[in-house]
Amino acid sequence: MTDFSGLLKRLTLLFVRKVVHLYKSFSSMKEMDIAELERRFQEKIDKEIKIEPNDWMPEQYRKTLIRQISQHAHSEIVGMLPEGNWITRAPNLRRKAVLLAKVQDEAGHGLYLYSAAETLGADREQTIDDLHSGKAKYSSIFNYPTMTWADMGTIGWLVDGAAIMNQVPLCRCSYGPYARAMVRVCKEESFHQRQGFEIVSKLANGSPEQKAMAQDSLNRWWWPALMMFGPNDDHSPNSALSMKWKIKRSTNDELRQQFVDITVKQAEMIGLTIPDKDLKWNEERQSYDFGEINWEEFNQVISGNGPCNKERVDARRNAKENGAWVREAAMAHAEKRRSRKERA
Amino acid sequence: MKELFEYTLRMADDSLILGHRVSEWCGHGPILEEDIALTNIALDLVGQATNLLEYAAVTEGSGRSADDLAFLRFDRDFRNLLLVEQKNGDFAVTLTRQFFFDAFRKPFFEALAQSKDEQLAAIAEKSLKETKYHLKHSSEWMIRLGDGTEESHARVQQAVNDLARFTEELFYMDEVDQKLISEGIAVDLNTIKPIWKAHVDEVFAEANLEMPEIKWPQKGGRQGMHSEHLGYLLAEMQFMQRAYPGMEW
Repeated sequence: MTDFSGLLKRLTLLFVRKVVHLYKSFSSMKEMDIAELERRFQEKIDKEIKIEPNDWMPEQYRKTLIRQISQHAHSEIVGMLPEGNWITRAPNLRRKAVLLAKVQDEAGHGLYLYSAAETLGADREQTIDDLHSGKAKYSSIFNYPTMTWADMGTIGWLVDGAAIMNQVPLCRCSYGPYARAMVRVCKEESFHQRQGFEIVSKLANGSPEQKAMAQDSLNRWWWPALMMFGPNDDHSPNSALSMKWKIKRSTNDELRQQFVDITVKQAEMIGLTIPDKDLKWNEERQSYDFGEINWEEFNQVISGNGPCNKERVDARRNAKENGAWVREAAMAHAEKRRSRKERA
Repeated sequence: MKELFEYTLRMADDSLILGHRVSEWCGHGPILEEDIALTNIALDLVGQATNLLEYAAVTEGSGRSADDLAFLRFDRDFRNLLLVEQKNGDFAVTLTRQFFFDAFRKPFFEALAQSKDEQLAAIAEKSLKETKYHLKHSSEWMIRLGDGTEESHARVQQAVNDLARFTEELFYMDEVDQKLISEGIAVDLNTIKPIWKAHVDEVFAEANLEMPEIKWPQKGGRQGMHSEHLGYLLAEMQFMQRAYPGMEW
């Protein structure tokens, strides 16, 4: 439950950490030059020693991580909306409970990740404001509408499935707090993926109407799911450095290929068709060849022009704005209590 | 037994409908921690509703399942309190509704845990653990909002003024209750009312809130006489089962 004194404590702790960090980096910088610090930093990374919040790190490493972790946090929080859209219409009591639990897990992931970003000196509220102003990005997939119940299955199956591909390597990410957060996140995501696949399987084995609903959903989500891995490697500006620093462990294209290979087999298993006429098994590569992604659509969606970008950001902004008086009340009450205690 | 079915259904519908309302907040809470808290409460309520509906289905013995009871009954067959079907409004309305209900539910489940009906006693005991947290959460918020800023005080007092007329119904009893009380199964709500009132008074004193005079309490939920809000809620909740009859999901 909400604990505002906890929030204050966390902020204080953050401030102290930042000061200690600045002091440490300042005093150590007197002793050695940046090049030497960078060399030691890279040595640690190469030896697979985790980087911790108080360790020296290149400014670019810090920035890259803040960007990546807060994007990840935003994706979890915005990702609550498309699925939240079906909580009140879930078809039975069990599905309703599971969906509620899943969306709650996502809120929890958002919370860990904002906390992980805070260990790097990012301010949670500022990070959230960046989301609302459009400065910060989140996963493009959540800008598509959830039109039918089948989308609850497809999101679990494809979107959480793709997220796991992306995130399992992050459990070994060089930055300690992020890596540790991801261990728990991945456990829950794999449960989400299975429940999603179970929903889709049930539909695929159901009535003709249900099967059609499942196929239509796969048709709509397949390409956006492939886009989740980001641009092709030769167009991915942040990749090389992230690989060197072991923030990333595999390239976008490698992960996308892995996803296609696994998912095509799953679709076959339940009798659904992947909507790609160029999809073909490549005996030589022992992998599937697949069609070209519509990069124009991808670029439009990440630039804010997807079908639901406006709705998603508006919903988050409204939640914050409509809740401002609640947060002010909680702070005012905490302050009153403190001063009453002091007087007593 | 007809009375036991009716009695269980009343409790089940309270949890189900309130759970539905609270779940509407998911993704829109005023702060992330509170979003998680509200979703958790909704999840607890849906869980309680499931246990109770499953038992209601058994006591009815006509072959209807818990899901049939939730998704295929019409408005007039729902037995929930008017309080729980009221719309979420702002955070103050949602929390006030929750507070009035939790302050009732905690002593109610404490008493029901002693029921001679073992299944109801077991459900009450499990639900009580959750309800204690719910009441702590909603009581703390009443105090924060009441003793917060001028705006929060005004909003929460308004919510209290608007919802107070539905609180008398929490203690509604009829021949269903009387029969089951005589058998040691049901809770005599006359014993719950003073506990509810004492807790509300205590929290309101700390929150600087006042309970308005209730000139004409609103009742009818237990007989299926609902407000206009329930129809829309059910249209949404039952959409899938109505649109695709007889399918498994």
